Amino acid sequence: MSAVPADARPRLARGVKLAEDRVRGGWNVLAPERVLKANATTVEILKLCDGERTFHEIVDELAARFSADPVRIETDAGALLADLRAKRMVEL
Amino acid sequence: MLAELTHRCPLACPYCSNPLDLDKREEELDTETWLRVFQEAAALGVLHLHLSGGEPASRRDLEDLIAGAAQAGLYTNLITSGIGIDRARLDRLASAGLDHVQLSIQDTDEDEADRVSGYSGSHRRKRAFADAVNQVGLPLTINVVLHRGNIARMRDLTAEAIELGARRIELAHTQYYGWGLTNRAALMPSRDAVEEARRTVAGLREETAGSIVIDYVLPDYFARYPKPCVNGWGRQSLNVTPRGRVLPCHAAESIPGLDFWNVADHSIADIWRDSPSFSAFRGTDWMQEPCRSCARKDIDFGGCRCQALALTGDPRNADPVCVLSPHHETVAALVEQSSTEQGFVMRGRSPAKAHPS
Ligand code: SF4
Ligand code: SF4
Repeated sequence: MSAVPADARPRLARGVKLAEDRVRGGWNVLAPERVLKANATTVEILKLCDGERTFHEIVDELAARFSADPVRIETDAGALLADLRAKRMVEL
Repeated sequence: MLAELTHRCPLACPYCSNPLDLDKREEELDTETWLRVFQEAAALGVLHLHLSGGEPASRRDLEDLIAGAAQAGLYTNLITSGIGIDRARLDRLASAGLDHVQLSIQDTDEDEADRVSGYSGSHRRKRAFADAVNQVGLPLTINVVLHRGNIARMRDLTAEAIELGARRIELAHTQYYGWGLTNRAALMPSRDAVEEARRTVAGLREETAGSIVIDYVLPDYFARYPKPCVNGWGRQSLNVTPRGRVLPCHAAESIPGLDFWNVADHSIADIWRDSPSFSAFRGTDWMQEPCRSCARKDIDFGGCRCQALALTGDPRNADPVCVLSPHHETVAALVEQSSTEQGFVMRGRSPAKAHPS
């Protein structure tokens, strides 16, 4: 079972930004007083968290795009989003 | 990067960390210079811009400054007392690109809060401001400076922050330099109160998980080892004063003999790389014993330079909060001293007016 319900529509909380780092390269998740370096997987997941797509659709889309096992993606993306939710950086 | 836009402020908190010697309005940097500084900072790799003061809303060009910072790609955080920003202005700040608001509250008890801030009705206005922030939809952090007078009310303060709609609360003990040092005797809590606070925070974190994030900053006089100096002098942070001096840290001007460069004469990148004040305590080469041969020197960087100076007379000494410091006794004695001092010396007021009863 995933930490995130299939019909949740995750999005970054207001005040949290996914931004490209023009000086150091890569991407960051910026929140007040916090910077999380986002790895490539995280970036792909968060880019799809637009508050429109359901978690189920996000998992399907990623699985299709990277021809990966949806169960594995559901676990990883679910863990990431649950963690960011606990930090109040993502809303479900 | 912290931009102190102005030293002007309608409040007068006794733990204010602004220098005792305030920059005057006519000396403040103009809009254009700030905008250039924001561009240069972003190009250097700065991610967050904290707009503070004094009260940043005292700057009438705050809207333009936020717009410029957002355009430069900076994450903008407004640190405010909430006074001087009505709903209409907040709307303008939000559409200029403001990302986050940090509101300081003094206490949950209205009279006490007003006594501490030296401004009557301030607490009610802060509540109204928090409502406005929520209506506009901006994320809110509540900031509380803890001291002897409010440390027992952390639970209420957290409940209040949740009620105000905050996503995060920062409970930070007073730092003892600037006004905080002047008022140390009246501000410093007892050891028991600090122990109690530590337990309260642990409990609160569990109880409020999912509704608010609690950031708790330990009072460093009570720790074994000092806190790392903002992750190292000249490693991550810089501070621009109202008239454009660039400091490695907020309190660095208290250290005599440091040469601070001004944005009027140099770019942010040059100041960061080459100015003598940034090089002075960067890395670990400047250290003397016990830090020089200590295994923790890359963890805490010897603690706070300003505190080392204030309490030992030499900024190159280990922060005397450290148990390994030969000056540690000074700190230990201060902690044990059970002072009954209650009066505050207010920033910008005469002591006589400090008790509006
Ligand atoms: S001796 Fe210096 S480096 Fe070592 S813990 Fe103390 S302050 Fe930190
Ligand atoms: S020197 Fe002290 S006041 Fe300055 S940044 Fe370091 S820890 Fe903070």
